[in-house]
Amino acid sequence: MNGRNPENGRKQVMFHDHRTFSFSNIVMVLVVVFLFLPLFVVVLYSFNSSKGMTWDHASLVWYEKLIFDSPSLWMAFKNSLIIALTSSATATVLGTLAAIGIKWYRFPGKSYITTVSYLPMVLPEVIIGISMLIFFSAVKIQLGMFTIFVAHTTFNLPFVFLLVSARLDEFDYSTIEAARDLGANERQTLLRVIIPSIMPGVLSGFLMSITMSLEDFVITFFVSGPGSGTLPLYVYSMIRYGVSPVINALSFVMILGTMLIAWVFRRFLKTIAANS
Amino acid sequence: MSIKDGRRSSERRERRLGVSYAAPMGVWFTVFFIAPLVIIILYSFLKRGLYGGVEWEFSLTAYGQMFNPNFGKVLLRTIWISVVATAFCILLAIPTGYAMARSKHQTLLLFLIIIPFWTNSLIRIYAWISILSTEGFFNEILKSLGIIDEGLHLIYNHGSVILVLIYMYLPFAILPLFTTIDKFDFSLLDAARDLGATKFGAIRLVMLPNIRSGLLTAIVFTFIPIFGAYTVPLLVGGKDSTMIGNIIVDQVSKTRNWPLASAFSMILTLVSTVGVIWMMMSSRKEQAQKKNVTNQQKTEQNILDHHTTGGEA
Repeated sequence: MNGRNPENGRKQVMFHDHRTFSFSNIVMVLVVVFLFLPLFVVVLYSFNSSKGMTWDHASLVWYEKLIFDSPSLWMAFKNSLIIALTSSATATVLGTLAAIGIKWYRFPGKSYITTVSYLPMVLPEVIIGISMLIFFSAVKIQLGMFTIFVAHTTFNLPFVFLLVSARLDEFDYSTIEAARDLGANERQTLLRVIIPSIMPGVLSGFLMSITMSLEDFVITFFVSGPGSGTLPLYVYSMIRYGVSPVINALSFVMILGTMLIAWVFRRFLKTIAANS
Repeated sequence: MSIKDGRRSSERRERRLGVSYAAPMGVWFTVFFIAPLVIIILYSFLKRGLYGGVEWEFSLTAYGQMFNPNFGKVLLRTIWISVVATAFCILLAIPTGYAMARSKHQTLLLFLIIIPFWTNSLIRIYAWISILSTEGFFNEILKSLGIIDEGLHLIYNHGSVILVLIYMYLPFAILPLFTTIDKFDFSLLDAARDLGATKFGAIRLVMLPNIRSGLLTAIVFTFIPIFGAYTVPLLVGGKDSTMIGNIIVDQVSKTRNWPLASAFSMILTLVSTVGVIWMMMSSRKEQAQKKNVTNQQKTEQNILDHHTTGGEA
């Protein structure tokens, strides 16, 4: 009998369930179709020359409009990029350091930090958004790019922390002791030994943060001020106040972007599935 | 320096290093996450300010207002919509996760599940609007086939809210279930079959107890975001399909009743916390059990029990 998973001899499959049309396979195929149907429809209609849902003929007119005739959309995209880069960078630095500290050292407040870092992933987004909105107005901070940056860093941190911690689990502590025995000080150990070897975890944390940040709508919706609209906020206003098929073209571009990111992550997909 | 002094100084050093590594994140979360939460807890016990904001006077008015029949209706609706949508997600996710774990093309399948999952949520909601609306994709197809003359009202009702919620949160159920089923030793199912269990019986009695923690994670992580949904009922729901999330936002931005918004937020926070604690306790219990009896032994016992009691009747 063929082993299902070549790198794992443990899972020799013998359960008599090899039929292609088993119940579970049929459900899985239907689920995948269900998940892709809306994406397919949007992409299809992005190439439709007319405005409505009746098919006229194939055209690239909405892509032309998207690229050359949507200045406010590009403005929003620029805001999104600025926020994504700054908040992901901040989250990556803070999250990586914290993961190192929590993994190897004992100190007061450790369990507090671990528990608290878990919460933003669990609480509904509305709560995080509203509580931040109320907080910023209580301490009188004007809503704008800065408040969005703070909010995004906050919800990005747990992902970096988690992915880097997972990577640290595979790291052999004796390497550090060796570095110290050879005379490296703490800073040298961190920069030359620890960071290089956990780089894959750090990078995936950073990329994950960028993805999360570019995609977030609910939290950003609450903490944004005038002139600080991000791309998802712009999409929201398009949906609410007058839909132009430009949104279909934009959707296809965003779906392609998502596919690219998922492809970059292809090796980590299982880890991501386990941690999501 | 004596050994004791050395140990003490290394302990102190460990503490200093640990704190300096972890403090920046700890401080960040305390200021920008815990403090805001504490503020809404506080606000929920205060009096409403005349023009938004709060007055610093203790009051339980907000909690009283929650039992206003109008809000009560929304609360009940939120509960039943969340239960129905979560149930559908789980029922679809179990066979899907199973088929994915058994497949030779795991990476491809994960890719296929994750792409829609990572695609911008507003784009996905918009896609459903363009499918379901009166002049949408679905109605146009039916019209061109000559089945109907006028578009059906498929959107802006409870049904469309539930459908789109299932769509949005199905991956939250599939991914943890896939992960646990993937770790499951499928040869146990063969053993159960050899001992005379039916296929369904083998899955129910041998596999389900072993994937309990994944099942719980799936339920909790699907139910919580659905219970706190805001965008979906706003964009595809009708006038009477609002959920708690919408009330909270309306109370903040329109009615400007911050204490009431805070009180409702407390409910959402409480539900989430209970769910997470339940999940963590159960996974801890499972780990403790694994220390005593390995899962394998337990399962063998299960099969044996099942076999000796005459099997699935």
